[in-house]
Amino acid sequence: MIDKRVASPAEAVADIFDGATVMIGGFGEAGSPIELIHALIDQGAKDLTVVSNNTGTGLVGLAALLRAERVSKVICSFPRTAGSTVFPDLYRAGKVQLELVPQGTLAERIRAGGAGIAAFFTPTGVGTPLAEGKELRVFNGREHVLEHGLRADFTLIKGRVADTHGNVMFHRTARNFAPMMATASEVTIVQAAEVVDAGTLDAEAIVTQGIFVDRVVHVGQPQLESALNEAGASYP
Amino acid sequence: MSVASSGKKGVADAANPSAGWTREDIARRLAQDIPNGSYVNLGIGIPELVAKCVPEGRTLVYHTENGLLGMGPSPAAGQGDPELINAGKRQVTMMPGSAFFDQATSFAMIRGGHLDLSVLGALQVASNGDLANWSTGADDAIPAVGGAMDLVAGVKHVFVMTTHTTKDGEPKLVGRCTYPLTGRGVVDRVYSDLAVIDITERGFELVELAPGVSFELVQERTGAPILRTE
Repeated sequence: MIDKRVASPAEAVADIFDGATVMIGGFGEAGSPIELIHALIDQGAKDLTVVSNNTGTGLVGLAALLRAERVSKVICSFPRTAGSTVFPDLYRAGKVQLELVPQGTLAERIRAGGAGIAAFFTPTGVGTPLAEGKELRVFNGREHVLEHGLRADFTLIKGRVADTHGNVMFHRTARNFAPMMATASEVTIVQAAEVVDAGTLDAEAIVTQGIFVDRVVHVGQPQLESALNEAGASYP
Repeated sequence: MSVASSGKKGVADAANPSAGWTREDIARRLAQDIPNGSYVNLGIGIPELVAKCVPEGRTLVYHTENGLLGMGPSPAAGQGDPELINAGKRQVTMMPGSAFFDQATSFAMIRGGHLDLSVLGALQVASNGDLANWSTGADDAIPAVGGAMDLVAGVKHVFVMTTHTTKDGEPKLVGRCTYPLTGRGVVDRVYSDLAVIDITERGFELVELAPGVSFELVQERTGAPILRTE
């Protein structure tokens, strides 16, 4: 019998170690696994490399993890968000490194990492500062830049519903990076608003397959960055 | 940038304040050139105005790179879903026939050449089609690129929608970009408050002047020669 459920976000993230690379799903607040991130703050792991499209807003979720100075490097495409000062302040103070990646290249690097592809060539970024120092090669008369697949030790994502085998379905644009990230980590942790028995979900409609998922934690009423920020919340 | 409606004309000509196109005029002019049934990605900010200006009888399918094809307008107050958003992180709606997908699929649509048109803003456009629209390269700036480099590299046609000059009156259409590039030789056409200008192998080429605007004025406010074929 397979049952990937764990009792709490705290239990789910307990073994994330200092220096780990952690992929965190979300595009803005859509799909951001706030409860798992907060559990990671409580857990205390530091010197993390975080792979995520953005850097959070306000003083909760990803922004709170950064503000707690647990992150030494961010790999992302858009670390600037209206009204967010946590990342810019840390970056200007030299307290966090940034590896800026075009959004599609970020998605493809994660996809490649999860699919056993070490590197690939793409025209995206050629002739820009983001291709400087990288290998170039001409295919079909057009210059391409070599980009490497990306893997992580842990992935934290948010689903709408998961089953006990770790099959996951998402909610609208909250899906974004989660399916790729699930494939590219040693340990993938899903928080889901609903957790059901294996066999309940429509097998034709499953988005992330259980083989990619290690732990499922039920978070029935997931918080949203915007609601927390409107309430003036900060974490911890 | 804001998509808030502004009826104010660009200051095309101090002696003739009604000359030139407003933002809405630019959007309307650009929208005329998009064929029915096109799959379109509108950049965050001013390009989003284009969706409000599509001629009657045409249906475009809007792609937003965070994972939705078939994006609709903003929801009515209180009807939104915080997890149904566009690339600008604003709440949107979905039209009949919409589909959600992950980031790899979304960028396969972009990078694989499946989208027909990308409309973007610009800091600078060069006469060889180079585009700079993500960074001024300032030391204290927080660099952020999002999907811009993917869009210009992969989408079939790239239109730029911009004011012809900066707030300080510096040309945005230049001989060579001084800001960091988004992509090389990627822009097909520029729609400004003064004119519609094609990027061709010979450089900038005038397509159309805005009402009340002279060719001489456009040339004066452009940092490279503009060809005029009549």
